[in-house]
Amino acid sequence: MSLTRAQVEGIAHLARLEITEAQMPVYVDSLSRIIDFVEQLSAADTGGVEPMAHPLADQVQRLRPDAVTEADQHEKFQRNASSVAAGLYLVPKVIE
Amino acid sequence: MSLHALTVAELAAGLKARRFSSLELTLHFLGRIERLGPELNAFVTVTADRALDDARRADDQLAKGEGGPLAGVPIAHKDIFCTDGILTTCSSKMLANFVAPYDATVVERWRAAGTVLLGKTNMDEFAMGSSNETSFYGPVRNPWDLKRVPGGSSGGSAAAVAACLAPAASGTDTGGSIRQPAALTNLTGLKPTYGRVSRYGMIAFASSLDQGGMLARSAEDAALLLKAMAGFDPRDSTSVDAPVPDYVAELAAPLKGLRVGIIREFFGAGLDPAVGKRVQDAIETLRASGASIVEVSLPALPLSVPTYYVVAPAECSSNLSRFDGVRFGHRCESPRDLLDLYKRSRGEGFGDEVKRRIMTGTYVLSAGYYDAYYLKAQKVRQLIAADFARAFGEVDVVIGPTAPTAAFELGAKTSDPITMYLNDIYTIGANLAGLPAISIPCGFVQEGGRDLPVGLQLVGPHFAESRLLAVSHQYQQLTDWHKRVPPGYE
Repeated sequence: MSLTRAQVEGIAHLARLEITEAQMPVYVDSLSRIIDFVEQLSAADTGGVEPMAHPLADQVQRLRPDAVTEADQHEKFQRNASSVAAGLYLVPKVIE
Repeated sequence: MSLHALTVAELAAGLKARRFSSLELTLHFLGRIERLGPELNAFVTVTADRALDDARRADDQLAKGEGGPLAGVPIAHKDIFCTDGILTTCSSKMLANFVAPYDATVVERWRAAGTVLLGKTNMDEFAMGSSNETSFYGPVRNPWDLKRVPGGSSGGSAAAVAACLAPAASGTDTGGSIRQPAALTNLTGLKPTYGRVSRYGMIAFASSLDQGGMLARSAEDAALLLKAMAGFDPRDSTSVDAPVPDYVAELAAPLKGLRVGIIREFFGAGLDPAVGKRVQDAIETLRASGASIVEVSLPALPLSVPTYYVVAPAECSSNLSRFDGVRFGHRCESPRDLLDLYKRSRGEGFGDEVKRRIMTGTYVLSAGYYDAYYLKAQKVRQLIAADFARAFGEVDVVIGPTAPTAAFELGAKTSDPITMYLNDIYTIGANLAGLPAISIPCGFVQEGGRDLPVGLQLVGPHFAESRLLAVSHQYQQLTDWHKRVPPGYE
């Protein structure tokens, strides 16, 4: 196993994913296999190669004027939220 | 000939000539979806009312001699494309209740061209899969053999079009998700150049690889559909501002003089010999029509799968961080605190494969591992792109199989993620290099007493969609593999 259970628990925490006790060994096993598999990249000779930033070499990120272009539709968008009040999203209390 | 066996081109012409109405056509397809849809599980949502409204509007326009190039033609959209006011689930429990508040650009453009929306098709959850078995709504079945997978992730679109439940459907392709299902179901599937089709409203998986396209029954149909969906969109920051050619007019380009490069690395161990034989036959057909055939070597290409399984999960872990249980998507019951809300909403809302990819991505981007995995993969990606660029200095297109085998049985590859990932061994390179690629039917192999389709893949330089479509169209004038429909769905 290239990954330990403690490492996978750490990754799950960083990714904000609850993994059940029963499922944890399955993830330790499959994630280890994936990491072992991608390990073969380390043998590739990439000396002097720039990492790719965009699949089309000559593209640049476009800029636009910092101006409002959309109408306010917050009520429509908030229909997909499970808990909303007064135009705000509700979450469990964060500050006592 | 029955209406459902006609191509998009034939349907559009028949509608304009008023040989049948869009309402008649739409009712015919809705009837087939009702009758044959459940055994295939190809649709997540059937939008019957919307389809009838769209059809009546198209008929009004056609009666006045108006309407877009696809006026009245029914289509389906992969459930990854946002559709205003209609459930858009990405085949995930996470989005099981998500009603999109706007249309994706692809949806908007096909609608502006006059299409009728039949429904939203099933897919691998968040497009992560190669067999359509990761869907929250259950697997899609291949109409060529219901025991087998249709490929993925655009498996519902593939099954629907192959079984003539829709004349064409949209798809998305991050590592082969249009081409591999097209190959496994006897369809023509095109992944355009990165930036050719807008990603706006297409739920993101791996943003530097994702590209929208279509599954259709001929290259001519793919050309018509691409023309209606491609082009600059200011709402997608990586959309390319370049004119859209008349793909249909350019189908006439002859095969004579075409320089074709056979990718040596695609014919090694791992390729089913019977599949390889069909692909070789297709190459001989091109040679006999005046194309010159040479072998090309792309030595970095065998590293495309491990490269992909670093880059795609990395981007996925970032993109899917938006699903936090707050603004949209699944929310767990009675969260103790904010952390519990995040963890349980995501833990419950995502399926196993999605969680696996998020965690792989989180790991390769984490402190201490970023250089060894993510940065290294982006360098190897550069080598793969350079291999293709070198090949296109000598040839016009490169060619090979789309998938190593024909359709496999449900459950055959679900126990080991690596086995499943290797299905995309021939398709991933084009995504990593941002290149256009197409899969077209090139024959059948027999397995378990069934005829199973084989796909031929062509990859071209950036923005060479016209060339890929023309070669495919010319091949389809010489062969009739693409016209075959699975038994029981004629």
